[in-house]
Amino acid sequence: MQTPAPFEYERATSVEGAIAALERLGSDARIIAGGHSLLPMMKLRLASPEYLIDINDLAELAYIREQDGEIRIGAMTRHVDLLKSELLARRFPLFRDAETVIADPVVRNRGTIGGSLCQADAAEDLSAVCSAAKAQVVIRGAEGERVVGMEDFHVGPFMTAVGAGEILTEVRLRMRRGAGSGHEKVERRAGDWAIAAASAALWVDGGTIDDVGIALSAVGVTTIHLTRAEELLRGKPPSDELFAQAGVIASEDCSPSADGRGPIDYKRHLAGVLTQRALRRSAARALSEEA
Amino acid sequence: MDISTTVNGEQVSGEVEPRQLLVHFIRETLGLKGTHWGCDTSNCGACVVLMDGRPVKSCTVLTAMCEGHEIRTVESLEVDGELDPLQQGFHERHALQCGFCTPGMLMTARALLDENPDPTDQEIRTAISGAICRCTGYQNIVSAVRWAAEHESATKQEI
Repeated sequence: MQTPAPFEYERATSVEGAIAALERLGSDARIIAGGHSLLPMMKLRLASPEYLIDINDLAELAYIREQDGEIRIGAMTRHVDLLKSELLARRFPLFRDAETVIADPVVRNRGTIGGSLCQADAAEDLSAVCSAAKAQVVIRGAEGERVVGMEDFHVGPFMTAVGAGEILTEVRLRMRRGAGSGHEKVERRAGDWAIAAASAALWVDGGTIDDVGIALSAVGVTTIHLTRAEELLRGKPPSDELFAQAGVIASEDCSPSADGRGPIDYKRHLAGVLTQRALRRSAARALSEEA
Repeated sequence: MDISTTVNGEQVSGEVEPRQLLVHFIRETLGLKGTHWGCDTSNCGACVVLMDGRPVKSCTVLTAMCEGHEIRTVESLEVDGELDPLQQGFHERHALQCGFCTPGMLMTARALLDENPDPTDQEIRTAISGAICRCTGYQNIVSAVRWAAEHESATKQEI
C-alpha cells in the first residue's frame, strides 16, 4: 500500500492565512493544491513535508478573467477550467491544445495551474505553455507581491522562484494584436507524460514576426526556452523554411535523456518536428487573426 | 484529526490520520467496498468517486480534503432496487468481465452523462481515457454508456 509518511494537515481559509502558516511552520511545510503531483511524490518518499497547508478552499484563487489588457488566471484554476475557457481558447489557443492532452479528464478535475508551475517538472506541459506565451506570475509573501517573468521562474529541476513563506497566486498573459499560438505533444498513450512537446506563440505585425516564444517539455532537466530560435525568427516574415530552421535549433538545443519513452536521437528529432508544427499552427492562427 | 463529510447523501464523521487517502476512508472506515483500490498512482481509474459532482481519483485525494464536500460512490447509483441506467447498460451490453474497473467506469460515465446527456462515442472514449479496463477492449463499455444515454433521455421524455 502506498501511503504518504505522517504529516500534520491545515486548511487555509485565505491567502494571507496560507502565507502566515508557511512563515509559522517554516521549511517543513508545503502548500498542497490539487495534489496530483505532490501526493504521488509523497507516496514514493520523494517528498516528505511535515505539514501540508491545503489551499483547495481558496475560491478567491480560482478564476480566468480579463483585466488591464491581460488575461489573469488564479493559481487554483483547475485544468478542466483552463480547457473549457473560451477566453483562453480565443486569445491563447495553445492552452486548449495542451489541456486536451494533459493527463486524463479525471486528473484534470483536480490538478491546478499553480500546482503545475510550482511543481516545475520539465515533463509537464503548462510550464512550456506559459513560457511560450511569455506569461508572468504573481508571487505573494508577507511583504507583498512581486511579478516574475517565466524566463526567471524556473531556476532548476523542480525549483522555482517561489521563496520561503511565499505562494504563487496568479498567472498573467498580456494580450497583444496579431497573436497566434499552439502546443504539440507526442505521448505513448492517453494520459501519459510527453515523449516530447513543443509550445509556441507568435505575434505578427505587418506580415513580420514582432515577437515569439518557444519552449519544450520533457527533453531536458528543466523546461527548455528556445531563445536562439526566437532570435532567429524575430523580425522576419513567417515561413515554413524559417520554421524548419527553428526546428533544427530545437533538435540541437534540447538535452533529452534515453528512457522507456525513447532514445536520445528520436527525442531530438521529435523536438524539431514538434517545434515546426507548433510554429506553423501558431502562424496560421496569428495570420487569421491579423486579417 | 476529526473529519466530517457527506457520503452518498449521509453525513459521516470520524477520526482519521491526515495522511489517509479517501479510497481507504471509503473502503475501510465506511466499509463501502464498491470503490476499488487499484494502481494507487492515479493511473487506472478504479477508485473514481464523485466529489461535488466531478469525478476524482480517490487514491490521490486526502480524506482531510473532503471536509465540507460531497462524495458519491458507486453504491449511490442503485436506488430502492432500481439500477441506474448505466448499471443496466453495462448489464445489457456486457461491459464487464472481471468487474474490477467497473465502479470507476460507472462513476466516470455518470459524471459524463450528468454534464452531457447525449455524448458521441469519441466523447465517451475521451471521458473514460483515465480509466483502464484489461478485459473488454472498451468497445462494450462505450456501447453501454450509449445505451444508458439513450434510455435515460427516453425516460426523461416520458416524464
